[in-house]
Amino acid sequence: MISTLNPALDDRPEGSDGADQMGHLVSGELDLSHGVALYLEDITVSFDGFKALNKLTLNIGAGELRCIIGPNGAGKTTMMDVITGKTRPDSGKAYFGQSIDLTRLSEPEIAHIGIGRKFQKPTIFEQHTVSENLELAMKTDKRVWKSLLAWLSGDERDRIADTLRLIRLNQEADRPAGLLSHGQKQWLEIGMLLMQEPKLLLLDEPVAGMTDDETMRTAELFVSLAGKHSLVVVEHDMAFVERLGGLVTVLHEGSVLAEGDLATVQNDQRVIEVYLGR
Amino acid sequence: MRPSLTLRLLAALDKKSWLALGVFLALSLIVVPLLHLAVGEDSAFYLSTYFITLIGKIMCYALVAVAMDLIWGYGGILSLGHGLFFALGGYAFGMYLMRQIGRDGSYGADIPDFMVFLDWKEIPWFWSGSDHFAWAGLLVLAVPALVAFVFGYFAFRSRIKGVYFSIITQALTYAAMLLFFRNETGFGGNNGFTDFKRVLGYSVTSPETRLVLFGLTAIALALTLVFAAWLVKSKFGRVLTAIRDAESRVMFIGYNPLWYKLSIWVISAVLCGIAGALYVPQVGIINPSEMSPANSIEIAIWVAVGGRGTLIGPIIGAFVVNLAKSWFTVSFPEYWLFFLGLLFIVVTLMLPQGLVGLWKKITARQGASA
Repeated sequence: MISTLNPALDDRPEGSDGADQMGHLVSGELDLSHGVALYLEDITVSFDGFKALNKLTLNIGAGELRCIIGPNGAGKTTMMDVITGKTRPDSGKAYFGQSIDLTRLSEPEIAHIGIGRKFQKPTIFEQHTVSENLELAMKTDKRVWKSLLAWLSGDERDRIADTLRLIRLNQEADRPAGLLSHGQKQWLEIGMLLMQEPKLLLLDEPVAGMTDDETMRTAELFVSLAGKHSLVVVEHDMAFVERLGGLVTVLHEGSVLAEGDLATVQNDQRVIEVYLGR
Repeated sequence: MRPSLTLRLLAALDKKSWLALGVFLALSLIVVPLLHLAVGEDSAFYLSTYFITLIGKIMCYALVAVAMDLIWGYGGILSLGHGLFFALGGYAFGMYLMRQIGRDGSYGADIPDFMVFLDWKEIPWFWSGSDHFAWAGLLVLAVPALVAFVFGYFAFRSRIKGVYFSIITQALTYAAMLLFFRNETGFGGNNGFTDFKRVLGYSVTSPETRLVLFGLTAIALALTLVFAAWLVKSKFGRVLTAIRDAESRVMFIGYNPLWYKLSIWVISAVLCGIAGALYVPQVGIINPSEMSPANSIEIAIWVAVGGRGTLIGPIIGAFVVNLAKSWFTVSFPEYWLFFLGLLFIVVTLMLPQGLVGLWKKITARQGASA
């Protein structure tokens, strides 16, 4: 019975590095040779005439830790939707590295090539245990057939254990994730991102609902990840942004208003107007 | 070390469950045949043909309930069209049973009676090969699989979910029922297939054939249960429940939910087809009413009553509801649908985990007070 189902059970043909059956092609491997991890140019997205993104142009360097701030409705979440394939831009280019056109890929394909996303509201599998959550996120062949026969190797168990220690949830490994505190859920989701071994991490308000102590530990973690990974952090908590260092981009009405280190943008007259004008 | 598949199948059930499964098979394959054949009809232990047909039928329903639970309880996709796949399996095997009648029909013709009635001269093309058992067996698996694959591919690719998906499956089975009601469709119209004589040359009404069919159904149910237990315990099963609970997260960690949903959807449909094929020779009739929307809703009720997301629950649900049905339809035929509706309301409101959930609550309370 199973063998007749075989074509249905495969989501990608064997040995195709990133090409799927729908005819979309990923042009080659991730190429960071020019030092750019993410390249957005003139991205426009409109919903019923409202321009959520208006000719947004933004580059994120390889290994960079970038913070994005901006008032509500500035387009931060829409930008992440475009990068992860959830929303298609009306116009503009979105490239991952030099050669991968993000506007042509589906959400799972984009996850597969190395972009991880943390949602604003912690999104984890509440019925699964903490370690099962990490297992599901782990970078591996995620086709149906492989999942049917998957079995954790010793190395994989070690990786899960390492991540559990890193996110300080090793005591909770076998508890259902739904029982964790809000801050712990945020950490679990960050842990799941790390299990994916992404090149680029998109983090939407990662410290919302965390205690001050948890917030500071998260900042330390992110700073330690930069260099090996590129990180884009959307956050309202200015103390956290300051702690992260790095460049800050201010979005307003769907495009970039200002860019620079935190002190510079905080003293920028236009930025002050946007924040105080509301 | 990566354990072999056999070991993993063995680990799918715990010791108690394997024991229960063994007892169930011993009862179905040894005790029931003995009590039917070797015990005199006037003995208190005699099991009647009625009993064997009834339990055989309910075991087919239980198999459907497990298939439904895989897609609904574990996949979070409520199908209200599973009666279609059951009926397709039944019709596929029914074609073979019709051909086995040979010239013993009322018209003594080479083709089934209803074709004579339609004034057809020969077997239509889509009936060719149906006189071979193996071909019929293949159709039992392939037809539900193909229908489920095509329908599921477009539905899941369009990201149709929740109540919208359920309504479309209702429409699908209803449309199929209307199609099969037509005489020109070539499947016997509203009478469907009946008056079977033989299967593989053996009389379908002989006690021995009935017992073999009964035993095969018991084996099919047991194998399905082991297969389903292995499936939901595998990583595939964990991805499936993850899709049920947070589909967008599953997508953003790199799984394509389309192929996971489609796989379990097709597997579920094929299991229903097998159940339908076992049902038809035991009950002796298949007609388009099996595709009526109400039948498919009833399948969902069995699973809800037993407890979805547990594999034993749907089996218990199928037995409880159908035994109640056979009693009600004899004693108070006009009240059955009221009772069914009431049952569904009570279970939904008071027992969201079904009978299995109730049992767990009771044992937990006893454990706490002891």
